[in-house]
Amino acid sequence: MRQLFLSLVTALLVALPGLALAQSAVDILDANRALVEKPTRAKIAPVISELAASGDPVAATVLAAWAEKGLGLRKADGTFFLIEKTADGWALRDLTGAEAGVAASSDIVELRPNAGVRGLIATALVQFTLSDPDPAKRAAALVSIARDPEAAHLEPLRASLATEVDPALKAQKDRLERLLTLRFDTDSAARVAAIEGFGSDLGLDLRAALNPLLATSRVAYAGDLPGGANVARVLVPGADLSEAEAYDLLVAAGMAPARLTVEEARAALLANVVDGAVGGVPVAELGTQAARDRAYTALEAAGAVPAAATDAEVAAAVAAHGFAEVYAEPDAQVTAAAKAALDGIALKVGAMQTADLALDAVSLASIYFLAAIGLAITFGVMRVINMAHGEFIMMGAYTGYVVQLFITNYTLSILVALPLAFAVTFAAGVAMERLVIRHLYKRPLETLLATFGISIALQQIAKNIFGTQARPLTAPAWLDGALTFNDVVSISYIRIAIFVLAMLFLLFFLWLMKRTRLGLEVRAVTQNPTMAASMGINPDRINMLTFGLGSGIAGIAGVAIGLFAKVTSELGSDYIVQSFMTVVVGGVGNIWGTLAGAFLIGTLQKGIEWLNPSNTLAAQTYMILFIILFIQFRPRGIIALKGRAAGD
Amino acid sequence: MTRQSFTERSFLAKNPSVLWFILILAVFTLGVTVLSEAYGVAFLSTSFVKTLGKTLCLCLVALAMDLIWGYAGILSLGHMAFFALGGYMLGMWLMYARTEEIVVAALAQGGLPATPEEVRQGIAVQIFGVVGASELPAIWAFAHSFWAQMALVVLVPGGLALVFGWLAFRSRVTGVYLSILTQAMTLALALYLFQNDSGLRGNNGLSGLQNLPGLSDASQDAVSMWFFWGSALALGLGYVLLSWVVSGKFGSVIRAIRDDEQRVRFLGYSVEGYKLFVFTLTAVIAAIAGALYYPQAGIINPAELAPIASIYLAVWVAIGGRGRLYGAVIGAAFVSLLSSWFTGGRAPSVPLGFYTVNWVDWWLVLLGLSFVLVTLFAPKGIGGLFDLWQGLRGPDRKGAPLGPDDGALMEKEARE
Repeated sequence: MRQLFLSLVTALLVALPGLALAQSAVDILDANRALVEKPTRAKIAPVISELAASGDPVAATVLAAWAEKGLGLRKADGTFFLIEKTADGWALRDLTGAEAGVAASSDIVELRPNAGVRGLIATALVQFTLSDPDPAKRAAALVSIARDPEAAHLEPLRASLATEVDPALKAQKDRLERLLTLRFDTDSAARVAAIEGFGSDLGLDLRAALNPLLATSRVAYAGDLPGGANVARVLVPGADLSEAEAYDLLVAAGMAPARLTVEEARAALLANVVDGAVGGVPVAELGTQAARDRAYTALEAAGAVPAAATDAEVAAAVAAHGFAEVYAEPDAQVTAAAKAALDGIALKVGAMQTADLALDAVSLASIYFLAAIGLAITFGVMRVINMAHGEFIMMGAYTGYVVQLFITNYTLSILVALPLAFAVTFAAGVAMERLVIRHLYKRPLETLLATFGISIALQQIAKNIFGTQARPLTAPAWLDGALTFNDVVSISYIRIAIFVLAMLFLLFFLWLMKRTRLGLEVRAVTQNPTMAASMGINPDRINMLTFGLGSGIAGIAGVAIGLFAKVTSELGSDYIVQSFMTVVVGGVGNIWGTLAGAFLIGTLQKGIEWLNPSNTLAAQTYMILFIILFIQFRPRGIIALKGRAAGD
Repeated sequence: MTRQSFTERSFLAKNPSVLWFILILAVFTLGVTVLSEAYGVAFLSTSFVKTLGKTLCLCLVALAMDLIWGYAGILSLGHMAFFALGGYMLGMWLMYARTEEIVVAALAQGGLPATPEEVRQGIAVQIFGVVGASELPAIWAFAHSFWAQMALVVLVPGGLALVFGWLAFRSRVTGVYLSILTQAMTLALALYLFQNDSGLRGNNGLSGLQNLPGLSDASQDAVSMWFFWGSALALGLGYVLLSWVVSGKFGSVIRAIRDDEQRVRFLGYSVEGYKLFVFTLTAVIAAIAGALYYPQAGIINPAELAPIASIYLAVWVAIGGRGRLYGAVIGAAFVSLLSSWFTGGRAPSVPLGFYTVNWVDWWLVLLGLSFVLVTLFAPKGIGGLFDLWQGLRGPDRKGAPLGPDDGALMEKEARE
């Protein structure tokens, strides 16, 4: 009774801070000396509350020191001190913090509150930290409350709200207060108001607070619905839940006997074998379920085994009971408001997710575009199938890795790696064109095979040099992190950088092909090498340069891809099929087609992944199937060349 | 002896290579049998007999590849997918029937005769417990029946090839585009099978296929020989069948399609029909080869369908010499045996002083580069060596026309 009274008083005191300056902290401690010396969780609570409510600034110091085992009692006169261990005893300060000399170890009792009491103290301290003069401490307190909210935090938080001066912190406190209110307040009107007060907020913390309010459990009941239950919906067996699930609910609630499992029936039958027969049925005939049921029923009738539910009994039991989904939250008004709020949020979040998905799709598309743009030159313009294109991407990525071994400044190393990767793969491409591809221009299928042979060899050489484990290619720090629009929509800076790089390549390609002498000559040689040669263009040289260029761009793409993917010898082969698909779907010989193809494939893959998020393998499968079908209807891709340029 | 006209000569007379091939295959089979552990002097280990048996299956699928690529000019990068599908179809029966035996035996120990439901449940848990399922998927509906699964070995890959080929050829996808498309099909199939809910145990694949249901007391020594004989028989039959297919008018048409598809179409032939037939026929042959291969390998998983496998198939045929059936067989046998020798770690390392060439690491480099060299300098492959020998003898024409392939030779002679 006394405790109840005390806690009522305390609640009043906390609710009206500043009005009840009854006692100083020292007085309270002195009055409860025995309790403070040997505290128990149950009895000390009023004292701590009293301290917290005293309004005495010393109280915060005392509580903090107490929790940290920094409070001591002098045995001689029972005075409390803030104590600190020294080499030969204790350094003492009185409770206001003024020096109070030293004491020998034996003169002081160190107060050691147990974990439960420390928890109470910590809660009481919340209100002090919430109104701490240092804004950083107040912000930290808010973060810690938000991470692990408790009902006990609500009152101190409200109390500190009035005195908050920093507008940003005040807004934070206000939001947190409403989040706590909607979860912990006892007044349903206040909770509904808190829920509705959030309006169009999309915060994850709000959803995390609202979702538990709508948690449901399934219950079975006989006759009418149990009173006081906040029913989400009534379940009809057969429509909303299967008969088996319904019966399991009954069994779990102890309203029906468990159904006999096959194993239990088997064990029961085995235990009752008499003279090679069970319940009059010979053992040899027990090879069907019907015979086993017959035998079990006979045993049941004889009372040898416990009764078990048959199918008919199960159906009857299910029909005799009602089933419902019931909210764990008893207040119907609150659940209705929470449901309405969550529905509104879900709609907005859906829109945001679509936007996020679109961003994802664009970034995936730019990766595919980057991987495919070199192919758009070698395959699209020159019609040379280069199966080793993926290995050029890999070479670029490994070049980046090797450069980082020598240059530890990541920004600088990327700046060095990009042109170096271009140079390396350009040289490899030129060498390959001169040595192999030049001899096979008239035999495209064999180009495919020969370049594939090179691809096998390059992959294995990379494996021999760098090993099979993934090598890191680290992005500079300024590419870390993500551009966050809100809790739903965000995109990492690396992906933005890749998008920008892809766009730069697009512009570069357009400029090169349409505005330079080299581009003019490339187009001339592609259309008609003989005529181009008679105009003074050297087709051999142009073919070599074009192929080198396509390979070089693959190298740069390799550095970019290596920044977010693992650099292994299989890096290239992961992209080669998709790259070819991009070029083929887009339409050979047209850079805009490649762009369209990359966007189609990127969007498609992300879309399918969204429909079936658990399974990216399925997404790739369906995407390839879609592409195969797509080629049925547009065999020449999205943007098909017409007329003479289309060749064959 | 009267001079026979060319067209009246018998099939074997026109194709002396068939007799030679059958002869060599028969001698080889006999030799392996005599040297085997089960039926001979135990000179060859059982695992080596299995390797030889598997090699024969690879030769069979290489024959199919040669027909579609060497004769019809369609570079399919999907035939190892049909090969693996055939293996999966037979593997389903092997695994189901074998598991059924084990489950029935285990349940019989329980004292009561097992009910059909218990048996089915036991099999499902045994097979699919590893992917966390306890129900047999619908595609296993026929797995209990040997004959049904045998039919599926032909029907599933054949049906897939028919549908895919119809779609691809109908829209006139040719050349490298078709190659890339078939590669995409293979990749899609492999990715699909990698999923656990594909119903074929995801990346675990099917295992324990070397144990024949109902023959648990037959030793692996004997079983390996049975499969070896089966593979040799299939290869022999396949060789005769394909020789017959390519020797007649049909063969001439598909070679013409390879050389100039447009012209054949203008001559009134249904190019798409011919291609579709060849594509489906070769897919079925590949599937049968796979159904013989995987019981000898003992395990099949989706990695077998990786696009790289189909490309290796093309490599074998190219190195052996495409456009001639024995070339494909030689290439597959030579390269796959050499490959297992090199990657098996038995090839001696080559110390270069500053670096030791370890063939396990460098074999693929050698293979890739020699493949490039063959493509560049010896497009006829190993089979081309036989031409040197043929050239020494002079053509045995007996005044008959030379047939479609050697037309150019006749023109050349006429000019001389």
